[in-house]
Amino acid sequence: MLYIPGNNPAMIQQGGIYGADSILLDLEDAVALNQKDSARILVRNMLKTIDFYDTEVCVRINNLNTPFGLPDLEEIVPLQPSAIRYPKTEYPVEIVNLIRIIEKIEDKHHLPHNSMTIHAMIETAMGVQNVFEIASKFNRIDAITVGGQDLTSDMDIVYTPDGTGIDFARKRIVMAAKASHIDVLDTVFPDVNDDIGLRKETEYAKKIGFTGKAVINPRQIDIIHEVFTPTEEEIRKAYRIVKEFRTNSVAGIGVFAIDGKMIDAPVVHRAEYILNLANIELPPYPRSAP
Amino acid sequence: MGMNPKIAAQSGTFESSDVIFLIEPVPENSGRKIELFSTVLHQYGESFNKIVVEMLDRFGITDIHLIAKDKGALEPTIKARLETAIIRSLGRQDSTLV
Amino acid sequence: MLNSLGREIPPFIEGIGNLEPFQGALTKLRKGWMDEPTIPAPNKAYLPHQNKLCRSLEEAIAKCNPHNGMTVSFHHHLRNGDILLVKTISILHDIGIRDITLASSSLNECHDPILPFLYDGTISRIFSSGIRSQLGQAIAQGALSIPVVIQSHGGRVRGIHTGKTRIDLAVIAASAADIEGNATGAHGKSAFGSIGYAMIDARYAKQVVIVTDNLVNYPCVPLSISQNFIDHVVVVDSIGDATKIATGTTRITNSPMDLRIAKLAAEVIEHSGFFEPGFSFQVGAGGASLAVAKFIRDKMTAKGIKGSFLLGGITSYCVDMLNSGLFETIFDVQSFDAVVSNSLFSNRRHIEIPAALYANPFNCGCITNKLDVVVLGALEIDVDFNVNVITGSEGYIRGASGGHSDTASGAKLTVVVCPSFRGRIPIIKKRVHTVVTPGETIHVLVTERGVCVNPAFRTLEENLRKAGLNIKDIHDLEIEVDKITGVPSPLIYSPRIVGIVEYRDGTVIDVIHQIIE
Repeated sequence: MLYIPGNNPAMIQQGGIYGADSILLDLEDAVALNQKDSARILVRNMLKTIDFYDTEVCVRINNLNTPFGLPDLEEIVPLQPSAIRYPKTEYPVEIVNLIRIIEKIEDKHHLPHNSMTIHAMIETAMGVQNVFEIASKFNRIDAITVGGQDLTSDMDIVYTPDGTGIDFARKRIVMAAKASHIDVLDTVFPDVNDDIGLRKETEYAKKIGFTGKAVINPRQIDIIHEVFTPTEEEIRKAYRIVKEFRTNSVAGIGVFAIDGKMIDAPVVHRAEYILNLANIELPPYPRSAP
Repeated sequence: MGMNPKIAAQSGTFESSDVIFLIEPVPENSGRKIELFSTVLHQYGESFNKIVVEMLDRFGITDIHLIAKDKGALEPTIKARLETAIIRSLGRQDSTLV
Repeated sequence: MLNSLGREIPPFIEGIGNLEPFQGALTKLRKGWMDEPTIPAPNKAYLPHQNKLCRSLEEAIAKCNPHNGMTVSFHHHLRNGDILLVKTISILHDIGIRDITLASSSLNECHDPILPFLYDGTISRIFSSGIRSQLGQAIAQGALSIPVVIQSHGGRVRGIHTGKTRIDLAVIAASAADIEGNATGAHGKSAFGSIGYAMIDARYAKQVVIVTDNLVNYPCVPLSISQNFIDHVVVVDSIGDATKIATGTTRITNSPMDLRIAKLAAEVIEHSGFFEPGFSFQVGAGGASLAVAKFIRDKMTAKGIKGSFLLGGITSYCVDMLNSGLFETIFDVQSFDAVVSNSLFSNRRHIEIPAALYANPFNCGCITNKLDVVVLGALEIDVDFNVNVITGSEGYIRGASGGHSDTASGAKLTVVVCPSFRGRIPIIKKRVHTVVTPGETIHVLVTERGVCVNPAFRTLEENLRKAGLNIKDIHDLEIEVDKITGVPSPLIYSPRIVGIVEYRDGTVIDVIHQIIE
């Protein structure tokens, strides 16, 4: 996910060209306090007019305990970006409140409640403590992300490149996401010139279960993709799953097993995701027997 | 029925693909004074002016001194920066265009 | 009369002569010989042990029969650090010479000081590959009554061979020279590497003056230019600003946009069918064009592919690839930084070539005839793939023909890289202001919003689609860009012609009209 400052038109208008899976238009930390209104209106206009091609667009609004959060929602929700990123989530009740406001706005504009999703950002110690409740309780939350910089600040520790200080937090957040069956994105790697460090951290993130990572410069995108691209083994498995599913579904068989493991819809979906990630053409549905 | 700018206001940045709008309030019935400086003045000056006039009409602004310093901003950016500057100049910082 | 691209070309221009309209990139080459006769080189004889040294540039010029209407030539290997062109023209002006034809291989911002000479009649004609800055603006606004002639590197050589450009005085800057005039740019405090553009001038100019700031013991080695062509030698304190001539190394761009375009271009090349062992390669000196070299290098290493030669304007990145064994040879017609000059001087496989060998096809074949892949930039490109590298969006002359049409004509795969718009101005147009390189020689356009393949090359398009690349119809991309930027108001021109653009075969591919502001 490529972070783009919300008050920077040059970067926003190019957001869709870098081949990022998703971009985050940031109204929060990347925007100065006296430019919050400016960024909000700019992002609103850009969402309306700019073609971001296949890239998913998320918007990070300000927390509702600031004067900016509510106006952000009022401008952005009607445009239904792919997701709203909510910063510094600490308690489930905040999300309850957030969803209530979002739904109210959606009702006003006759929009469904299940199209746009929410990413909860965990950036404080309290957020880390409460992360499972936050991740699991809400249908609209389909991802949680780590905010490493703010977290180290909240913990009163110093950021180190090896990430030791926030390692527990990372793993706990991942676990909550896994238990809730949602995506989990790792925090940004701030040194844009250190490709080796970026790769190392990304490999670690993948190893412990993250499904993606945030980047602050388009140059970092390639390395993230390389690390997260499925291995041959993963691809072979996925191909087999999708092929058998499609064969079975044409023959009218709904549920089946491969190697003793039940293959249901989410598993098939995951397999298709892996094949798409690896740019492999999905096996075709066979013609049904006459 | 709109109001005219009460306070001086500014929006935008000096970055490429952005535009700075400077608004100064003027005495009643002074009319609209619009000054446009742009790196693409010849190619887009006409459409730029059109956008400005349309938005001033929309807000019902009849008296204003508006200076624009453009570095090749796209239309959504021009409109956003202009809207922001107008709202700021009307003293309505917290709400946005309905 | 209309040329084959539909551009209106007058049959005759006062001060230039009859014009032949462009009729296709290879049309004139197909004949197997050039219709125009070539002129003989100057006829000279020297007694032994003569002294060629002059005490000053003024003295040397005085000895060269300065006269009204003379043609004076220069090379542009000193890039933006050159001081000699301005100095020479100023000297000629001061001794009362008028109506000069300036035949520089290119003109840069550092040449702006000659602008007053365009208005007062000192200079009346210009032949150049490129014109920039204030000169380019003034000419577009109508400063000269005779249109300038824009030539490619190969075309300039051809023009000198046929006497269309008859050089009376060639002033050749050299970073090292001896008292007989053997000269080079390969070493010295003002080293600039290859002196390839100047060799044709040395051969054909009636009078040749070598100017150096570094007189070495006889003989000056290497003999990039040899003494048998040199009339006079002048030693000056400095031939130019070394920091602007060739600094350190050339860095690959950091711009995310350029890198993105470069990455896509490298993928196009990889799947084009021309990325094979022994392929030859040419890239530009900066921006996305140079960055392609970085991605190609990674792919060469990954696939174990070794190339044959690198060609053109050479940067330190090319030298790296030579030294890493990824390519066997460099053919250098222009060196862009100090690393390149050093390599030229010390590596036998880094070969200095004259412009004639580089790009003039009117012989038994120049090196661009052998080129596999070239990556070029563009100021504009249209839906027929015609490329403009000479006039900007405001109508000023601000670029150069250079080796663009030469390399595009010869390469098996010509890739143009550019953003789809710059500073809100669309680069993809329905029709470019000025054609320099005809679309028939362009295979692929790579932008950040998609890749467009010239419909004349179906197999290439199939290969690229099969590889999963995002191929768009150029007409669709043009419309898409217009939607993003808005359609710009057109420029307003007068019917008056201020420049003609010659294709490398001497035909006229387009004209430049005076801009009305």
